[in-house]
Amino acid sequence: MATLTESVGRKTLTYLDYLGGLSTQLWAALRAMGASLPIVGNRYRWKASVDQMLQIGVSALPMVGLMAMCTGFILAMQGASELRRLGAMHYVIDLVAVGFTREMGPLLTAIAVSGRSGSAFAAEIGTMNVTEEIDALRVMAFEPVEFVLAPKYLAALVMVPCLTVASNVCGILAGGLFMFFATHLGLGLYLHYVLTSIQLRDVISGLIKSLAFATIIVHVGCLEGFRVRGGPDAVGRSTTTAVVKSTFLVIVADVLFTAIFYFTGKH
Amino acid sequence: MAIISIRELIVVYDGRRVLDRLNLEIEPGETMVLLGGSGSGKSTLLRQILGLERAHSGGVFVKGTDITRCSQAELRLVRRSIGVAFQSGALFNSLSLKDNIALALREHTALAPSIIDLMVWMDLAAVGLAEFGHLHPQELSGGMKKRAAVARALALDPEILVFDEPSAGLDPIVAAEMDELILLLKKAFQMTVIVVTHELSSAFRIADRIAMLHNGTFLAVGTRDEIKNSQHPRIRQFLDRVPDKMGEPSEVAASFEKYLRGEEANL
Repeated sequence: MATLTESVGRKTLTYLDYLGGLSTQLWAALRAMGASLPIVGNRYRWKASVDQMLQIGVSALPMVGLMAMCTGFILAMQGASELRRLGAMHYVIDLVAVGFTREMGPLLTAIAVSGRSGSAFAAEIGTMNVTEEIDALRVMAFEPVEFVLAPKYLAALVMVPCLTVASNVCGILAGGLFMFFATHLGLGLYLHYVLTSIQLRDVISGLIKSLAFATIIVHVGCLEGFRVRGGPDAVGRSTTTAVVKSTFLVIVADVLFTAIFYFTGKH
Repeated sequence: MAIISIRELIVVYDGRRVLDRLNLEIEPGETMVLLGGSGSGKSTLLRQILGLERAHSGGVFVKGTDITRCSQAELRLVRRSIGVAFQSGALFNSLSLKDNIALALREHTALAPSIIDLMVWMDLAAVGLAEFGHLHPQELSGGMKKRAAVARALALDPEILVFDEPSAGLDPIVAAEMDELILLLKKAFQMTVIVVTHELSSAFRIADRIAMLHNGTFLAVGTRDEIKNSQHPRIRQFLDRVPDKMGEPSEVAASFEKYLRGEEANL
């Protein structure tokens, strides 16, 4: 019994320590973000932010777009297979449009960015830790959070919502493609129905989620990197852990946000 | 007045005292070698001097500032007067040699780019790498990386230059060249030099004074001759390269004997 209590206590302390680490890092990053902004900030940090935007956003666009198109097509097919029997094929449009703007777009994007960039952040910072580059930054009077993390965070806050919008567009277009083949519904009319079915609130709730997901992915990835101790195997472990933890936390956050939007709105 | 003063410094890891009530004064312009075997606490002491870790108790005063208690802003200010050449070089792999050295100058000074280029060239020339500024760290040999790290450490014209195991992993000729470089730099720039090493030949060649560490305490602090002539049994053992149990097989030898006899076959 004592062993069980000890074990539960130790695990709880570990999780609390992790959450504390994330909160402290988030606060430090928010304080350091000013330096990454254009004009008012440091031009080298802004340049690093732009580089990160290309890495996180532009490079991920084909993958995110393709994933969204496949998912949009699957969602439309699965919806149609049931709704056809009820004679309610037009609800497929609502299903795809609302489902993507509120849920699938932000979630798919977050999973793609977590796998691509979250792991890359952990690997990059972890390697810098192992090779003493983080220590070198500190002794050169640089703050690693400002130097390494803040540009990534700014880039993610800009690019993840952009990717989410792109994902929404691709997913909805894939639904339109299905509707064209299944019911010969023209793209113009399909888009008209899409625009009548989604509301601004849906788009905003999706974008708010994407900002929260970006925060989770960047901070989990970077914290895993900063906490690397040991050699290259520790870096490998940190990348896996970063993806697993950030995906898990993204889904937990998604549930929370969806519940909040559900209970506060007319969903 | 000492440029670095370590007073009653205690560092504890997992309930174990890694550094135990250390006291040391390092005078301006002297070369202090921190000598000791593996696990003696050299690197921990170095991390304390650089403000990379917080002490359990006691103080490390650098130019009069207690870096174990000061704010981050004060610590950054102190660090600008310290140049560090890490054991692995800790050069930023994404940057060329020139950019590695220019980084601190660009960010911490308001110098014109042409002046920075000139200063970078001078730093590279000082360590014999003037022709290699365009290369990236991964394109350099071990010895070149160490010299490049020295060039980067010199960038902000530091008052204190710190070397972590400068000749570790180098062949005897390159190691001797590294010692020569340290002596030349000290002569040219009149800096305070701190060298952490376990290499006896290096230590006796470059040191003004040597602090001999064992199990987290100083066995002796003195000039080269004082350490050479010390009759302290542990210092004699270290200098004469005598295994722990004279006349008996060491732990490693005993384990190897067991292995040969097949007793460790299940391993």
